[in-house]
Amino acid sequence: MTDQTSQAELVRQSLKRRYRKERRFRAYGVIAIAIALSALVILFADIIGKGSAGFMKTTLNLEVELDGEMMYLDDATDERQIKMADFVEPLIQALMKELPSASESDRSAVRDLINPYASVTLRDALKENPDWLNTSRSMTFLAHTDVDVFVKHAGDSAYSIKLTEQQRDWVNQLVEKGVVETSFNDTFFKNGDSRDPSKAGILGAMIGSLLTMVVTLALSFPIGVAAAIYLEEFAPQNKLTDFIEVNINNLAAVPSIIFGLLGLAVFINLFGMPRSVPVVGGLVLTLMTLPTIIISSRAAIKSVPPSIREAAEGIGASKMQVVLHHVLPLAMPGMLTGSIIGMAQALGETAPLLLIGMVAFIVDVPNGFFDSATVLPVQVFLWAGSPELAFIERASAAIMVLLTFLIGMNALAIWLRKRLERRW
Amino acid sequence: MNTMNATVTSEADMSETENTPLPETKPAEATIEEGVTVGQPFADDAKFQLRNVEVLYGENRAIKNISLDIARNEVIAFIGPSGCGKSTFLRCLNRMNDSIDICSVKGSLQLEGQDLYDPKRDVVELRARVGMVFQKPNPFPKSIYENVAYGPRIHGLANRKSDLDDIVENSLRKAGLWEEVKDRLDATATGMSGGQQQRLCIARAIAVSPEVVLMDEPCSALDPIATAKVEELIAELSESYTIVIVTHSMQQAARVSHRTAYFHLGHLVEVNDTNKVFTSPEHELTESYITGRFG
Repeated sequence: MTDQTSQAELVRQSLKRRYRKERRFRAYGVIAIAIALSALVILFADIIGKGSAGFMKTTLNLEVELDGEMMYLDDATDERQIKMADFVEPLIQALMKELPSASESDRSAVRDLINPYASVTLRDALKENPDWLNTSRSMTFLAHTDVDVFVKHAGDSAYSIKLTEQQRDWVNQLVEKGVVETSFNDTFFKNGDSRDPSKAGILGAMIGSLLTMVVTLALSFPIGVAAAIYLEEFAPQNKLTDFIEVNINNLAAVPSIIFGLLGLAVFINLFGMPRSVPVVGGLVLTLMTLPTIIISSRAAIKSVPPSIREAAEGIGASKMQVVLHHVLPLAMPGMLTGSIIGMAQALGETAPLLLIGMVAFIVDVPNGFFDSATVLPVQVFLWAGSPELAFIERASAAIMVLLTFLIGMNALAIWLRKRLERRW
Repeated sequence: MNTMNATVTSEADMSETENTPLPETKPAEATIEEGVTVGQPFADDAKFQLRNVEVLYGENRAIKNISLDIARNEVIAFIGPSGCGKSTFLRCLNRMNDSIDICSVKGSLQLEGQDLYDPKRDVVELRARVGMVFQKPNPFPKSIYENVAYGPRIHGLANRKSDLDDIVENSLRKAGLWEEVKDRLDATATGMSGGQQQRLCIARAIAVSPEVVLMDEPCSALDPIATAKVEELIAELSESYTIVIVTHSMQQAARVSHRTAYFHLGHLVEVNDTNKVFTSPEHELTESYITGRFG
């Protein structure tokens, strides 16, 4: 009897210890997750803090007098005259009108508030509407990048304001009058890259990424799935297949820049394909993504229960029919998930693309697979390395766009898996 | 696949004791002479003629020199302790062992005079003639209709939708499932109960009108009520099909089969009419097994 009670006592004590251990173990898990989450929050807060201003632009609302005499233009339908005409003067005049304190000697200081591309905007507008000549028009122009930086980051020590005291004064006056306004930066989504931050956009990089991803998906998914099916279902188990398996696993761990070198050596130097084009980028990223897709597809095929295979074989389905009718549909969610994750990886890849020339400064939005292009992460890389401070917020904004795409793709992967998953 | 592996390992364990005397719990005179089967292993009207069959897993002999006839339209039960080779032997009859690389089959196996393991023989055609029902119900994760229609479809047995509908209905009726599922043919098969799933698998097997149905412990995953239904079904099917059933339940063997074959360590020890096996077995080992002294 005493023996039994003392034993119960021992058990109770060990229980206490066990519970303590369990609580400690759970606490470790919570701490680990908290660290990961806080890192993520800091990352997002930093990027959003820096990048949100990139989605805003500063504009000038001006009442422009399109005086033909002042612009040396008497026929707006004449190409040659348009080319020769002065479109800067009307802008300066219009802005001077808004700044009563500015004298004639301040012309160049006033001129520096206007974006260098504003005159191009005006010229294009007049080209389209020749009858505007000798009328007065209310139009919106981009402000100079320095004005943009001043309006957005006046108190921020990280940004050096290049405007003089006088110019700052003017800008403050203009803001009060409503001439200088900030609005949603549609230019950012409509333009390619530019030397001028206020005119730089990511459309070129987005289209470049899209074209590259199309090539990558079109090549890597069928090749990867076919390789996985062959290796898993048809290939004999021998030294050669073992060797191939080891190599595929190795390839998945090869640094991506090596694939870039390979692409440079093979696709560009040996096959003579053009530099900086989405096709070569897609080919290189295909090489990089293939191991991921093959490995995840093989895992998906392996996870198909053997009973389903046996059932199909038992009623006389051929090997092909077993694979196509039963194994493939059941493995598809896993294959798709793996492929989308591989594609997301490829979308965020920079290093190999630097080596095949997709790092070039390209203003035009690419029109096809053989047009020079750059991609989103490379655009981020380019802007992050630019000397102009205004590019920092553009880079952060581009990161936000890239992250949005990545989150979207991963969400799609999860949704597809939930949707296609079948139970048995 | 798992059951196959289990067979291999247990076989490996047993091969060590192969040449040593049997443990004392068994009668001392109960020895097995290789290739000798007591009782009536041969039949006049043989569907399968199996002579000197050997199955090897690498170095292990899982089946040792077995000769047996399986008669037309009979129900023959294979019984024996775990690892005795009865499932392995069953799987030879429609070459389900083919997918195991290290497995090789020797001897003469004939289905109506044609060699099963002839290299020119199409295994797909063989499996259309010799269907199989597995230990665990394994319906495809598709609709009930698709499960039954799959076999006829891949073999091109029905050209029109109405023909296919007829085959599906007939098969489900034969499997005693039609009344239960006729209103939900489009429902997914994995949502059915275990017993229903197994009867669906039987319907799927008979939908391609096989001559023989092999059943590998078809009731081991089912409760007694579902088991009773499947056994009833076997009795009905025996009118038109030859049925080979592997079972661990001796009562089941006694209830459903005409002949019973007792396997031991890869040997076929005794084959006789089921009544005789369970009332007056000729071999000591058979008697020990059915009276529950081991196994």
